[in-house]
Amino acid sequence: MTSLVIAEHDNALLKDATHKTVTAAAAISSPVHVLVAGKGCAAVAQAAAKIAGVEKVLLADAPYLEKMLAEPMEALILSVADGYEAILAPATTTGKNYLPRVAAKLDVPQVSEILKVVSPDTFERPIYAGNAIETVQASAGKKVITVRTTAFAAAAEGASAAVESVTVPPDPGLSGFAGEELSKSERPELTSAKIVISGGRGLGSAENFHLLDSIADKLHAAVGASRAAVDAGYVPNDYQVGQTGKVVAPDLYLAVGISGAIQHLAGMKDSRVIAAINKDEEAPIFQVADYGLVADLFKALPELDEELARRGYK
Amino acid sequence: MKVLVPVKRVIDYNVKVRVKADQSGVDLANVKMSMNPFDEIAVEEAVRLKEKGKVTEVVAVSIGPQQASETLRTALAMGADRGLLVKADGPVEPLAVAKILKAIVDAEKPDLVIAGKQAIDDDSNQVGQMLAALLGWGQGTFAHSLELDGASAKIAREIDGGLQTVTVKLPAVMTTDLRLNQPRYASLPNIMKAKKKPIAEKTPADYGVDTAPRLKVLKVSEPPRRGAGVKVASVAELLDRLKDAGVMP
Ligand SMILES: Cc1cc2nc3c(=O)[nH]c(=O)nc-3n(C[C@H](O)[C@H](O)[C@H](O)COP(=O)(O)OP(=O)(O)OC[C@H]3O[C@@H](n4cnc5c(N)ncnc54)[C@H](O)[C@@H]3O)c2cc1C
Repeated sequence: MTSLVIAEHDNALLKDATHKTVTAAAAISSPVHVLVAGKGCAAVAQAAAKIAGVEKVLLADAPYLEKMLAEPMEALILSVADGYEAILAPATTTGKNYLPRVAAKLDVPQVSEILKVVSPDTFERPIYAGNAIETVQASAGKKVITVRTTAFAAAAEGASAAVESVTVPPDPGLSGFAGEELSKSERPELTSAKIVISGGRGLGSAENFHLLDSIADKLHAAVGASRAAVDAGYVPNDYQVGQTGKVVAPDLYLAVGISGAIQHLAGMKDSRVIAAINKDEEAPIFQVADYGLVADLFKALPELDEELARRGYK
Repeated sequence: MKVLVPVKRVIDYNVKVRVKADQSGVDLANVKMSMNPFDEIAVEEAVRLKEKGKVTEVVAVSIGPQQASETLRTALAMGADRGLLVKADGPVEPLAVAKILKAIVDAEKPDLVIAGKQAIDDDSNQVGQMLAALLGWGQGTFAHSLELDGASAKIAREIDGGLQTVTVKLPAVMTTDLRLNQPRYASLPNIMKAKKKPIAEKTPADYGVDTAPRLKVLKVSEPPRRGAGVKVASVAELLDRLKDAGVMP
């Protein structure tokens, strides 16, 4: 039986969330097909065809698929759903937006944000902000699943699957794209960076948040934030790490001026190494940090920057 | 224009959840319960629309045990006009919730449903999208701002890359994200007033919906624990340790 993975991309580049979702899909039902939906995205389909374990790529190209809005995505996925045992998407804001529509129309439950495939019909997923892990079995019907990408390794490349164009159903015409404000950054993406440095309310202002910049540059790190820092307007919403923001699992997570609320920990506690700088030695973040520095960040950050420079980091 | 707001009674977000020793679930005995925080944001948004004169009626719905009527009272105290409790003991999966809500929408005919983007207990993030699909409506999920303009809604959405704005034809479903608004605390007079507002009671059977779980929960377990590590005395020591741990570039 075959599984279908919906590709994550920006019409030019395939995102590695797709490779990770393919890994999960292959553990459920092989071979794997990938659906690339977008506008002018043939290059993305070619890239998807290289993922190991992928047997076929379906290319759906239409102007109204450019932003992968939920309503036309639902119509498209339903039009190709027959014959697939499982349909998977990465648990990004894009996947979370369209996939529940597909599950509802297929009259099957969706299993959200799986962490592990225990067996082809049994999955682990986090509940209560990751304070408990639920093992669920989905026995009847098609499996509709979103995948927490930090929990799966990326499938390798090296295959050369066939790319097949599919007929795209008409736009349901329920919604339309009206604009976007995307954060621009030369830094690596939060969810795939090896090092993440996040700031919290302790930074005190948008201006002070820039204290993290030169350190992040020297370490090729992505910059993240707590909800409090986003709510206070220090940084845009897409910086938020946590239960209801992004989930990251880098080699190193450095939390600066972040108390360590459970909602924040939910988004970073699977990092390989956690370090924290906080002036309050009782801050809960120290209960999960491998290395904790009790210090005033306004003193520690400039020192850290200088020390990195002294050690040759540019 | 009428708005329907589904609200869920969940464990309070400040409570530290404990997994039961027999792995059958989490311990909810004597634990503080509250309205799901994203649903508070949904109620707030609906009430603000009413205060601005754009909406004439706000109906709050809760699917859950008898005590979920307290959650409805909170919504009424915040400014919703009336409540509807669909009594169901035990967990109701998102798909069944969406089916019940669809039946309620068919009867109530709201122009907009405002739901929370996820419940902080099961963290599923499904109901709004499922409801929109079952109704054949458009959706604006993870809303950061909302502008109503006649036959459509302009919704800025919090997405992984930043913000995306969509226009959605009404009727539609919107789900809330954290920055949409800051929910109010109900004032004492409004809490008193809410006691007199009507709450109707129904059951899933009244809507012809079977709420038997479709997913089988085999167990609920503790996540791997991280121990506290060591305190370092200086920035230099921190960097030494990180280097030894092999995480410095
Ligand atoms: C529904 C819901 C969803 C949520 N989702 C998320 C989420 O996804 N992500 C998230 O992060 N939060 C989330 N939260 C919020 C969470 O509960 C906390 O409120 C938030 O994480 C706190 O952010 P913070 O640690 O930056 O701020 P605070 O808790 O205020 O902590 C600030 C820390 O900075 C330290 N500090 C201050 N000044 C200095 C200084 N000069 N030097 C060193 N240290 C200093 C303080 O000691 C303190 O520990 C959510 C909450 C709710 C209700």
